[in-house]
Amino acid sequence: MKLREWLTAIIVLAICLTWVAADYAAAMQGINSALRLMPPLLLACLAGLYSERAGVFDIGLEGKMLMSAFTAASVAFLTGNAWLGLIAGIGGAMVLSLVHGLASITFRGNQLISGVAINFLAAGLTVLIGQNAFALGGRTPPLVGEARFQAITLPFAGALRDVPVIGPLYSVLLSGHSALVYVALLAVPITWWVLFRTRFGLRLRAVGENPASVDTAGVSVTRLRYTAVAICGLLTGIAGAYLATGLSAGFVKDMTAGRGFIALAALIFARWQPWQALVATFLFALLEAVAILYPNLTVGAITIPSAFMNALPYILTVIILAGFVGRAIPPRAGGEPYVKER
Amino acid sequence: MEKMPKWADVILTPLISLVLAMAISALVILAIGESPLEALSVMVEGALGSSYGWGFTLYYATNFIFTGLAVAVAYHASLFNIGGEGQAAMGGLGVALALLYLPLPHWGLALPVAMLAAALFGAAWAFIPAILQAKRGSHIVITTIMFNFIAAAALNYILVSLLRPVGSMDPASARFPAETNLPSLSEILASVGILWGRNTPANVTFLVAVLACILVWLLIWRTRLGFEIRALGRSERGAIYAGISPVRITVIAMLISGGLAGMMAINNVMGEAGRLVLNAVEGAGFIGIAVALMGRNHPFGIFLAALLFGFLYQGGGELALWTSIPRELIVVIQALVILFTGALDNMVRMPLERLFLAARRSRGGA
Repeated sequence: MKLREWLTAIIVLAICLTWVAADYAAAMQGINSALRLMPPLLLACLAGLYSERAGVFDIGLEGKMLMSAFTAASVAFLTGNAWLGLIAGIGGAMVLSLVHGLASITFRGNQLISGVAINFLAAGLTVLIGQNAFALGGRTPPLVGEARFQAITLPFAGALRDVPVIGPLYSVLLSGHSALVYVALLAVPITWWVLFRTRFGLRLRAVGENPASVDTAGVSVTRLRYTAVAICGLLTGIAGAYLATGLSAGFVKDMTAGRGFIALAALIFARWQPWQALVATFLFALLEAVAILYPNLTVGAITIPSAFMNALPYILTVIILAGFVGRAIPPRAGGEPYVKER
Repeated sequence: MEKMPKWADVILTPLISLVLAMAISALVILAIGESPLEALSVMVEGALGSSYGWGFTLYYATNFIFTGLAVAVAYHASLFNIGGEGQAAMGGLGVALALLYLPLPHWGLALPVAMLAAALFGAAWAFIPAILQAKRGSHIVITTIMFNFIAAAALNYILVSLLRPVGSMDPASARFPAETNLPSLSEILASVGILWGRNTPANVTFLVAVLACILVWLLIWRTRLGFEIRALGRSERGAIYAGISPVRITVIAMLISGGLAGMMAINNVMGEAGRLVLNAVEGAGFIGIAVALMGRNHPFGIFLAALLFGFLYQGGGELALWTSIPRELIVVIQALVILFTGALDNMVRMPLERLFLAARRSRGGA
């Protein structure tokens, strides 16, 4: 990592440590809640990372997550099994991914417009089908018991509880989340490894920078891009399922509430790097947690309205995009359909 | 050689896309166990069956004309302005501030002032994404999305904490002075003795919207600036070679675009609500994308597409009222229209082109 990348991580860490020193109980609660709020952002951000690294812009992360949240909650309710719900969620997101792939890869359409369409398709279909199936105004019935992902206590969490530093970190913060939180955290090193240590990853990155070179090497651009779009569907699927069956207990109309766009912002903030994605989404989740904990945060004589905290991820991203604090340069072939030379 | 005649490109492809979108919507309605034909008849009856229905249809269409034109002007410069939602919201703030704090004794004076305020605020909200795109290459789609959210948060704060009258629980501004109320279309028609559309929100803004269509047409195809906008949209390198400054044209096109989106506020904020409420735009900014795509970025096409979406909107409301189909059906139709006319355009176009080529070959015998 470069210096400025370390800097972001250090700033985030410093914020947390200062908070812990100032108000231990509140800080632990806030950081814990940030860890619970982070997975949808992180998974969606990594989903966008695969897609955009392969040269397919995706502003439909929001819609895919929403669709997945709905299918996951519906199936989890009908079967009483959260894992079956997860599979259904991934399926729901995959279908929309396929539509995006068809539009942007096969038919070489405008990827941005396709993303917009997917967001609306999900927003409409989920309520339309939900109302028809459950007649609860677009909600699914509340999920209980095994239909939700339950908190897991990590091994030795009880034994290590009283050890200084490690105890609070491991037993209090890291332990006690649902399985998908750990899936999201594991997705970061896996993504790093896949992208930077495998042949597939090299090709994936190449296809986003210079598809013609990949094509010349005899590797199918279409297939690589479809794979990336499918991985994007898989990850947004997990994100949506977590939202409806882990974080909340059921689907509510428009429950993604802009998270897909915050993830998109985080992706730019992270400059399309997996570890940076972790830092960025944790920061944005922390902001969300603080906005929930303190609707009107008072720092000295100034009261910061929660609306400002909610807008902060977007404001930070615009500043990053403006290039005043290190420039964010997207993959070079992003957004352009590849036309094979004849 | 053109692969297919112009009329096919301009009329046939959007029509086929629309039919495809409608067909899939019909399948969706069938899938939830309702009758598509019955749904259509409820929509037609509710939106077009009476002057009351037409009043609402035209009211919605007026919103969509402004946001559709906004998307189209930017699109001609090959800029995808997805920020109509935020720009229209900011336009609403401009209208509210002008009407609440400026002494405007008559609507005839209030209308131009409010239009100016709406356009200024909308344009200002488009300015930062525009200048960032032009000067620093920040992708305008991403920045305008971010600005939609920032606008929503800002308006939330302004309405709850600043503009809300003392003692009111509603996150909304005070009512605008009565003398600034715009005359409704029904009042205008009643003054010449025609009974039409009573108690509907369609107002004089509709005529402003029609005028805006004509002005945008003149701007894009009959002025030097319009030529420069189209030249930049066609090819940036070509535009530079022709002595056109991409920075200047990008910013100007986005200012006009944002101004048009902002002008929507004279319809919904000034004409209908009479005060600024939370989330006043209600997605009209995004519908502008569908309208512009459907109307092929031509003001006349946008006018027709806006009428179509006005019909869908009003019809969808009636549908939710009389049947068990929620109004989100309209969101699905909107999504499918965007998908087919915008993203899957080639899916419709490629077979058509092949068809026309084959027809020409068999006719020419060559």
